[in-house]
Amino acid sequence: MNETTNKNAFFHGLRQSLVVTFLLLLLCGFVFPVLLSGISAVVFPRQANGSVVYADGQAVGAANVGQDFTEPYFMKGRPSAYHYNTYYEDEQGNQYYNDGSAFAGLGSGSNNYAPSNPALTERVEADIQAFLEANPDVKREDIPADLMTASGSGLDPHITPESARIQIPALAAASGLSEEELEQIVADNTEGRLLGVFGEETVHVLGVNLDIAKAMGLVGDASK
Amino acid sequence: MLQLVLTLIIYLILVIPVGRYLYHIAAGKHTFADPVFDRVDGAIYKLSGINPRQGMNWKQYAMALVGTNAAMIAIGYIILRIQSIPLLNPNGIEGMEPTLAFNTIISFMTNTNLQHYSGESGLSYLSQMLVIIFMMFVSAASGYAACVAFIRGLAGKTKDNVGNFFADLVRITTRVLLPFSLVGGLLLVWQGVPQNFSGNVIVRTLEGTYQVLAMGPVAALEIIKHLGTNGGGFFGANSATPMENPTILSNLIELYAMMLLPGACVIVFGKMVGDSRRQHQTSKAPENILPVQREGIAARLLGKEGRSIFLAMSILFLVGLSLCYWAEQQSNPALAEIGLSQSAGSMEGKEVRFGIAQSALFTTVTTSFTTGTVNNMHDTLTPLGGMVPLLHMMLNCVFGGKGVGLMNMILYAILAVFICGLMVGRTPEYLGKKIEGREMKLTALAIIIHPLLILAFSALAVATAAGRAGMTNPGFHGLSQVLYEYASAAANNGSGFEGLADNTYFWNITTGIVMFLGRYLPIVIQLAIAGSLMKKNYVNESAGTLRTSTVSFAVILVFVVYIFAALTFFPALALGPIAEHLTLWG
Repeated sequence: MNETTNKNAFFHGLRQSLVVTFLLLLLCGFVFPVLLSGISAVVFPRQANGSVVYADGQAVGAANVGQDFTEPYFMKGRPSAYHYNTYYEDEQGNQYYNDGSAFAGLGSGSNNYAPSNPALTERVEADIQAFLEANPDVKREDIPADLMTASGSGLDPHITPESARIQIPALAAASGLSEEELEQIVADNTEGRLLGVFGEETVHVLGVNLDIAKAMGLVGDASK
Repeated sequence: MLQLVLTLIIYLILVIPVGRYLYHIAAGKHTFADPVFDRVDGAIYKLSGINPRQGMNWKQYAMALVGTNAAMIAIGYIILRIQSIPLLNPNGIEGMEPTLAFNTIISFMTNTNLQHYSGESGLSYLSQMLVIIFMMFVSAASGYAACVAFIRGLAGKTKDNVGNFFADLVRITTRVLLPFSLVGGLLLVWQGVPQNFSGNVIVRTLEGTYQVLAMGPVAALEIIKHLGTNGGGFFGANSATPMENPTILSNLIELYAMMLLPGACVIVFGKMVGDSRRQHQTSKAPENILPVQREGIAARLLGKEGRSIFLAMSILFLVGLSLCYWAEQQSNPALAEIGLSQSAGSMEGKEVRFGIAQSALFTTVTTSFTTGTVNNMHDTLTPLGGMVPLLHMMLNCVFGGKGVGLMNMILYAILAVFICGLMVGRTPEYLGKKIEGREMKLTALAIIIHPLLILAFSALAVATAAGRAGMTNPGFHGLSQVLYEYASAAANNGSGFEGLADNTYFWNITTGIVMFLGRYLPIVIQLAIAGSLMKKNYVNESAGTLRTSTVSFAVILVFVVYIFAALTFFPALALGPIAEHLTLWG
């Protein structure tokens, strides 16, 4: 082979690489996501836009994302390293999580504490103390593990049915609703396993609290 | 337990037709959808001056792969650096810092998807689409293309033609990845994964506080992330977040999306190798053809050689899954001590909707099939539960992602054949070709690169202050974090012990180098092995031939893999997860 054919082969190869790259960029990086958005917007408009939940016409959350609740008459979810991206503003516009620490902006994740990390034990101990204070009838060894451990995402919208049940007496005292009413609300927001086999039984915390708010007359109408 | 068994049985049912389809694509055979795709592909070939029928030898193929990947890296790097422009950037994301952009672009081009940024705050929608989603398609397609070329070499229909890289790249993208992604993406949206271009939404909660809700083209990224065994999430917490993975059904969709193609690759291998063996036998001595043997159902579906490889991979996978599931069901003694009931298993870092079983399964799958997506935080796994993903990335051949796992497993098969040959005095042959000095040297080199990268760089990190600064957990677990990061980088997996504070110059640059070497060195060496084997003539099977299509060969293969892992990684594992386990339970 002489030099010119070598050179030509090189430039031919370069052209192929560059043009293919550009075409696939257009096809995979632009056409595909736009096409999928278009179809989704027509077929599944609610889900495509983030399954936002409304109460009295106001957006109050999303069906798939948990929230940080503090009021004694609302059911509590699991601890979250990002406090479920829930925050409040003071007069100067500074933003804080509910525990008073500065809001870090939108995030997700866990504290990433190893099982052997003393910080994990400290955090769980503090949460147990606070929970026992808020739920005086509960015995320490009866607290389900999921309620005191942080989820992977920090946005877990669910707790186990046991964790829901154990909160009912305190919720009843604070909300003025009867335990039977609350049990019914929990049952309404409990989802079983898929086909009875896959996954776990879950209670949707935001759903429970929307129903509590409705029963207490705090909101009129809510779509979940 | 039942749900794990059922999940895997459904997988076995699904993987067969996908394997057949992939085989038709790889072998250039007719499929029902040709009338549509032939036009699309034809247009791409015409515009870029590709002649899909022009064959390449292994060197040209490797050059085309590396060259095209280099072009993609250049474009992607520029976009990451200028992403602050107000185009598809409703959340006002800033441009990316140079070492982080270097790390990110290598990470996505090499199909690793190690993320030293958080998607919520680090990437604009433009980057998510034109860099991340684009790279997820083409890095997977590049990997599968290399795998298909490798198989063609082993099947050895010709002496030096392993196929045309550009044609493979385009065919796999348009005929497999894009259509599968469109259907899978829609299913995910149906389950509640957002797919829009609006900015983040701020709502007023029932308590009068505010909450930010993330939006974006999540479903499009989500489906190719799994289908291409990429693994990099739209959000920091990846598939643990309920936006990426809202229900158990979406979890199963994502699980199957990442398991299907690597498993299908083994079927392609079995069928293509089987084809050319048959052809070879009939053409050579048509009168001596053995009467058609009644083949078992597995041999018919997977091909005989494919069956033993599939079996060996399955054994390794099930051993890992059992250990991880068992370990996660055990309590955390530290929490039991302060009186927290541990009957539900170790729930820290896990989602309630997935529970222990589906979390353990996802963890084992994501590291076996080298995806790197996570539906729970691996840093918070129990020591032995966390050792399973670490080990499977060190093995890097338990199915493996985008074809690369199969190529690694074939290397172990060559090694097994060689070792057995030495032990029982048989000629080392694999797939009808003699294994000689050149192949053995290349195989040894390719196998040794992986542990060398992991252990040498871990040693470097532990020895330097900049490396040690990344550890966030005290004690033995800190070493596990370091090992995990480099194992993940070298195996092109991309999951992490996410606690590691890794967005620093040291971690960005070293892991970038490891990912690059861990990807391209083995691919080039593997293609060289295939190129060397295909030049050889078939040797006739004799009494001295070690049969590689048997169950006993699969078992030998499993032992070779474990022995090799034990010899190279056991000391490191003993100082990390095993020591942590002993301290917790001691």
